[in-house]
Amino acid sequence: MIKNKINYSQRQYVIGSIFILVAIILLIKLFVIQIVDDSYKHSSNTNTLRYITQYPSRGKIYDRNGKLLVYNDAVYDLMIIPSQAKDIDTASFCKLLNINNSVYNTNLKKAKKYSNITPSIFISQITKEEYGRIAERLYHYPGFYFQTRSIRQYPMPIAAHTLGSIGEVTKPEMEKDSYYQLGDYIGKSGIEKFYEKELRGTKGLKITVVDVHNREKERFMDGAFDTLPKAGTDIILGLDADLQAYGEYLMAGKTGSIVAIEPTTGQILAMVTSPTYDPNELVGRKRGMRYNELLKDPEKPLINRAISGTYPPGSTFKMINGLVSLQSGVINANTAYPCNGPKSAPIKCTHFHGSPVRLYDAIENSCNPYFWQAFQDMMNSKRFENQKAAFKFWYDLVTSFGLGSAVKTDIPFTVSGNIPKMEYYDKVYHGVWNALTIRSLSIGQGEILVTPLQLANVAAAIGNEGYFYEPHYIRSFGNSDDSVSFEKHIINIDQRHFKDVKKGMQSVFEGEHGTAKWSKIPDITIGGKTGTAENPHGLDHSIFMAFAPVENPQIAIAVVVENAGFGSTWAAPIASLMIEKYIRGYVTRKNVEQRVLTTNENPR
Amino acid sequence: MRSKTIIGKIDIWLFIIYIALATIGLLSIYAAAFNEAHPHIYDFSQNYGKQLVFIGVSLVVGFIILLIDAKFFNAFAYVFYGLSIICLLLVLVVGSKISGSTSWIQLGPISFQPSEFAKFGTALALAHYLGKLDTDLTKFKTKVIAYGIVFVPVLLILAQGDAGSASVFIIFLLVLYREGMGGKILIIGLVAATLFIVSLCVSKWYIMISLAVIYAFFLMMINRTKKNILLVTGILIAACAFVFSVDFAFHHVLKPHQQTRINIILGKEHDTKGVGYNLNQSMIAIGSGGFSGKGYLKGTMTKYNFVPEQHTDFIFCTVGEESGFMGSFAVIALYLALVLRIIHLAERQRSPFSRIYGYGIACIFFFHFAINIGMTIGLVPVIGIPLPFLSYGGSSLLMFSIMVFVFLKQDANRMNIL
Repeated sequence: MIKNKINYSQRQYVIGSIFILVAIILLIKLFVIQIVDDSYKHSSNTNTLRYITQYPSRGKIYDRNGKLLVYNDAVYDLMIIPSQAKDIDTASFCKLLNINNSVYNTNLKKAKKYSNITPSIFISQITKEEYGRIAERLYHYPGFYFQTRSIRQYPMPIAAHTLGSIGEVTKPEMEKDSYYQLGDYIGKSGIEKFYEKELRGTKGLKITVVDVHNREKERFMDGAFDTLPKAGTDIILGLDADLQAYGEYLMAGKTGSIVAIEPTTGQILAMVTSPTYDPNELVGRKRGMRYNELLKDPEKPLINRAISGTYPPGSTFKMINGLVSLQSGVINANTAYPCNGPKSAPIKCTHFHGSPVRLYDAIENSCNPYFWQAFQDMMNSKRFENQKAAFKFWYDLVTSFGLGSAVKTDIPFTVSGNIPKMEYYDKVYHGVWNALTIRSLSIGQGEILVTPLQLANVAAAIGNEGYFYEPHYIRSFGNSDDSVSFEKHIINIDQRHFKDVKKGMQSVFEGEHGTAKWSKIPDITIGGKTGTAENPHGLDHSIFMAFAPVENPQIAIAVVVENAGFGSTWAAPIASLMIEKYIRGYVTRKNVEQRVLTTNENPR
Repeated sequence: MRSKTIIGKIDIWLFIIYIALATIGLLSIYAAAFNEAHPHIYDFSQNYGKQLVFIGVSLVVGFIILLIDAKFFNAFAYVFYGLSIICLLLVLVVGSKISGSTSWIQLGPISFQPSEFAKFGTALALAHYLGKLDTDLTKFKTKVIAYGIVFVPVLLILAQGDAGSASVFIIFLLVLYREGMGGKILIIGLVAATLFIVSLCVSKWYIMISLAVIYAFFLMMINRTKKNILLVTGILIAACAFVFSVDFAFHHVLKPHQQTRINIILGKEHDTKGVGYNLNQSMIAIGSGGFSGKGYLKGTMTKYNFVPEQHTDFIFCTVGEESGFMGSFAVIALYLALVLRIIHLAERQRSPFSRIYGYGIACIFFFHFAINIGMTIGLVPVIGIPLPFLSYGGSSLLMFSIMVFVFLKQDANRMNIL
């Protein structure tokens, strides 16, 4: 068949030789590592290798001024390899560990169930003092050894919700990421959770030879196969630790929250929720027990009201309605509307002032009839095709302030609040509704719900005259000087309208009738707005939002004190104290501070 | 051959070697995954139980192949090849990601790797093409087509980011060599492989400069006829183009995590928990086996779940640790016997198709076992390719078995060909 072709069958020997040659090379290498080189060898009966995970130190967390917020402290885990734990004098061992026999048995059973040959934690987080005492005598008990771990420590007992905590990995977490092994720690909430990958670093491995007396004899092959742990990245937050501490101090005993934002960056300066807890409480062995106590606490200290509490914004929302009406062209800053005081319809006025009122006075006096009429005129304006088009115009601008949607940055679990959609009204009113039907919107009541974080962000956007950065915690990573930047949102409203509204907000402090004139700070200009959110479940919530200085805002703030009545009584003085503390560094108005701290008109 | 059934006609030695390797594989997987809670080897919730099922399925498929007409695989060689190319294209679209590369197709509970199938398809297509009477490997056109058959699947597998499986195809050069391709082909293959690795390690501009220097050197040394100058220049351009395309594929086709994996293999990045770590663990395990090993199921190293690919790509660790140098020697001897037996049988075929196909699968088995064992003992970079018949995994075991049984059938049928 192949006659007319040259026969290459001799080449089978070349190919066969290649096969044999390669097999010989493999065998030589195997001969070297299995027989010649002693270092790989160890009798499994006398010596064993112990793989000790080298835990990296978790990244530290600092505030914007370099103040340490979170660091690590060493503790020790007592490890067990069940197959090696033989001939243990249980009684003396339990005495050494200060545990009883049943604890010993359950822990041993648990470890055996996980694996007979891989190490697992027998007792976790033994303190340095105990460690010294136990380690000295541990050689009597083969199969047990210590592994160094670190726990989190908080030099200042503040910002528990923001910082979050770490805890042992759960099974689902291990399945999701193979990096984790049983007993590892993982960020469970807050910054610890969101920046887990950066903070955790990379584990290393130390291999040591252990003799039958449970003594670590030497590094296996002089550490040739060891890997060094890589420390986690430090994180610098936008938080101002002093301001945060001051805020928690002011809010002690009250229910509510404070959110302060740096308007030029969107970084969170302070996020206070009250009641709160000391982050040091959720550390170490007591974490589980303490966590359950906090969970059951009727005051719900685990809830971060700043991001998950939703409130009707009340009069603070008038700023947005004013801006939308101005932008629609239906009114200008000089448009005046009559106010009949308490006799006004359909919404009465709760303040006493002259009539008619223009924008600045309306803001200064928080005049309901003005904003209702402006809203009504916009809804009925011929500038829009119909009322639905007007509503859409209103809805689009309102939501562009970040209202009605959750924050998508490193602040986890933010809720979206609520800005009612057209479809909602169509459904509720079967398609028949007009400005009058939805009049509560004009004064920030009704279906509108915002979180304190969103409110602070609105203050930042107004202070900035038309833009804001998505609010976030982080300033920068420890290994880089560049700050982390987030998306800039530009609001489709002319800057001049913002200037008008800011002027009105400034008169809230400085005007004759200003609703916050008692909270004025000498030498610092503030623009703000009080709010009183009607609360169907009890006393109204006291709300305030502000920014300062008016010319180039360095801080934007929102304060909510639950069940505390008018915005001007509680929320406004607290906001003004926070602003003074941040801008000046100290507080001059001790009388205001004293009133906020001591007046026992609590919240509830 | 009058009354002998097909079973009586198959080469019993090859069959025994096959069964021996599959058995060693099953026992090793059992040892690697040995778990006191599930001590029965037929516990189908465990990997070894599943492997037992895979072996059973492979044998059933094998016997079906023995009953099929021997000419079937020659006649439908291009169909198999075409199907494997379609699968490779399909995996780029609907592939699911397992350990870094999208090289798996998921069909309900079954997942298989089209690149495994492509090896078989390519061996058949190459055998069919070169086995035709009028094929002459000294002709330029023939060479181009032969290369084309090999390189189309290589490019598609590279596109999946599975450089390990793609590298297997380089071994087909040995088959071409056996069928009369010039000896230069082996040298060219070697140079190409070297350039491939070097261009991943070193900036392409350094390589360009080096190539230019070598080029200048050659120009000085050779007899500067027009033909020679053209030839050397052509080689230079081809080499440069090759380096550029490798560089391009690395930076633009591969995803960052795949680049990291390659960088770790090449030692450019140090990885504490990944590939480098596996290798360290694997060498400690094999080295600690000593001369006679620690005894079956007594290996301590391999029991730690420190080698994540223990039952698949690093199954040889279990052999090395538990049965020592003796066991390793025996396994390597078995593989050598396997490939040499196949070559021996291939040479006695009357049909060129059967012979070339035999060489094809012998070379595939050879490459797999040499590279896989080589990587567990630190001789070659860690490339994720399985150890034939030993590694856990249904799709690879089935494919390797099909390759063997198709050849057994061809061999059993050799007397029927005039």
